[in-house]
Amino acid sequence: MIEVENLTKRFGSTVAVDAVSFAVKPGEVVGFLGPNGAGKTTTMRIITGLIYPQSGTARVNGRDIWDEPVEVRRLLGYLPEATPLYDEMSVTDFLRFVATVRGIPSRDIPARVDKMIDVCSLQTMAFKDISELSRGFRQRVGLAQALIHDPPALVLDELTSGLDPSQILEIRRLVRELGKEKAILFSTHILDEANKTCDRILIIDDGRLVGEGSPHDLAAMASGEAVYSLEFKGDAELFTEKLPNHFKVVHSRPGAEGYTGMELTCSDSVDHSEDLFDLTVAVGGKLRQLSRKEATLEDVFLELTKGGEA
Amino acid sequence: MRQVLAIYRKELRLYFDSPIAYIFIIVFLAITSWLFFRTFFLIRVSSMRSFFTIIPWLCMFFIPAVSMRLWAEERKTGSNELLMSLPLQEWEVVLGKYLAALTVYVVAIILTTPLAIVVGALGSPEWGVIVGSYLGCIFLGAAILAIGTFISSLTSNQIVAFIVSVIIVAGLTIVGQPLVTMFLQGPLIVLVPYAEWLGLANHFSSISRGVIDSRDIIYYILLTTLPLYLTVKSIQASKVG
Repeated sequence: MIEVENLTKRFGSTVAVDAVSFAVKPGEVVGFLGPNGAGKTTTMRIITGLIYPQSGTARVNGRDIWDEPVEVRRLLGYLPEATPLYDEMSVTDFLRFVATVRGIPSRDIPARVDKMIDVCSLQTMAFKDISELSRGFRQRVGLAQALIHDPPALVLDELTSGLDPSQILEIRRLVRELGKEKAILFSTHILDEANKTCDRILIIDDGRLVGEGSPHDLAAMASGEAVYSLEFKGDAELFTEKLPNHFKVVHSRPGAEGYTGMELTCSDSVDHSEDLFDLTVAVGGKLRQLSRKEATLEDVFLELTKGGEA
Repeated sequence: MRQVLAIYRKELRLYFDSPIAYIFIIVFLAITSWLFFRTFFLIRVSSMRSFFTIIPWLCMFFIPAVSMRLWAEERKTGSNELLMSLPLQEWEVVLGKYLAALTVYVVAIILTTPLAIVVGALGSPEWGVIVGSYLGCIFLGAAILAIGTFISSLTSNQIVAFIVSVIIVAGLTIVGQPLVTMFLQGPLIVLVPYAEWLGLANHFSSISRGVIDSRDIIYYILLTTLPLYLTVKSIQASKVG
């Protein structure tokens, strides 16, 4: 369980994180989404106790970063952004080092290291120097060191950056698997990733939390609208008159062959395509095209982070 | 303690897995032996005095070369991010790293003991003085290394860490020398005992006379623990910034 309470962190005059509060429950994968420089990494570094905030606090399983920083780090697995590792060490030596510092009993270390090498598919790389590894393998070593002590909470910064599509799928599967029992907070700026991996998404922009919810909730939140476009032939005026109240005509323009192109918005999130069809028949008209487009997570993201203005 | 040991082993491994430690030890031995034997057969005295008088001046350059990477490198590569996310207290990391660097230096010093054997074979030196001098070498090195560690914790640039450490150590060495104290004339003459007390090499030369004075020991212990304490503080401070 990761709890963040009213966190504020300033670097000089820039506010990196502004009164952010949230919680990640065990068995939950929470995606931390935001444009670059929004404060994701800063928040994660505070949770890990790498830096301290000006105000507010973070807790892991009830242990406070101010009172018990070492205990907090014991309960966390952390994958830093850009995966800095000790390049001169071999994968096995590095994992042994982390296991020792993590306080795993000496006799359990070889088994634990082997298990991590298995889980993260590092078998072929086990005795290579870390400097020889490709980006994808480095990322897996980073994940292995974060998991080696079987922590109840994981903080993963830019987990899939630099991986190829098949590696991304594999890592996502692993995260979902781990997320069944652990509390996982992972940051990304890729919407699709958050959409496919997370139970819940936090959207952060300019240091503030601007949105929160499941991928589905957030998409629905996008002003809650769906857009219908259709081409109608017949009495267009009668048609618009008889439209139910939750529809609004955005524009209507006579087109070729007597068809009128129309765009309607609907404040209701239920699919009303059939109603539109029935109405057309009722007014004696004809349809040659009808489509419905729901607001996507992307629309929400752009709207919440005001990236759409650019 | 297990944590300190794990950090110690890791650092030692990084020293000895890369050429740094070997280059350091070989160059150190080559220069000390050359400077020693250059005059040894001319003076024809079975003493290691000429060897020990150059040690403070060599340490001024050699030890900052060992300590410069301790923190600066981790900051540069970002691996301190990973290191500090492990359940460690700051002092455990500082101590582990420091002891590893100290080991490299002590190994170099131990490898100079064949010189003592040569001196012993060719004559009958005062062994008390030689043992005292070696002890002095360790104390002197420990203090310089602590200063270098502190400077390294302030920057992410190894070269900067090296140069600043050399300047500070040189300042501390020279301040007690007649070169400086002779300029403290008139009312400034009251500063002379302080300048002499502060001088790194002065305490070394009194230990290497074979006299173990508690004041010298206290001086070195102070000069070792204070920079290490400041290192811990600087790392803690960098988290709040």
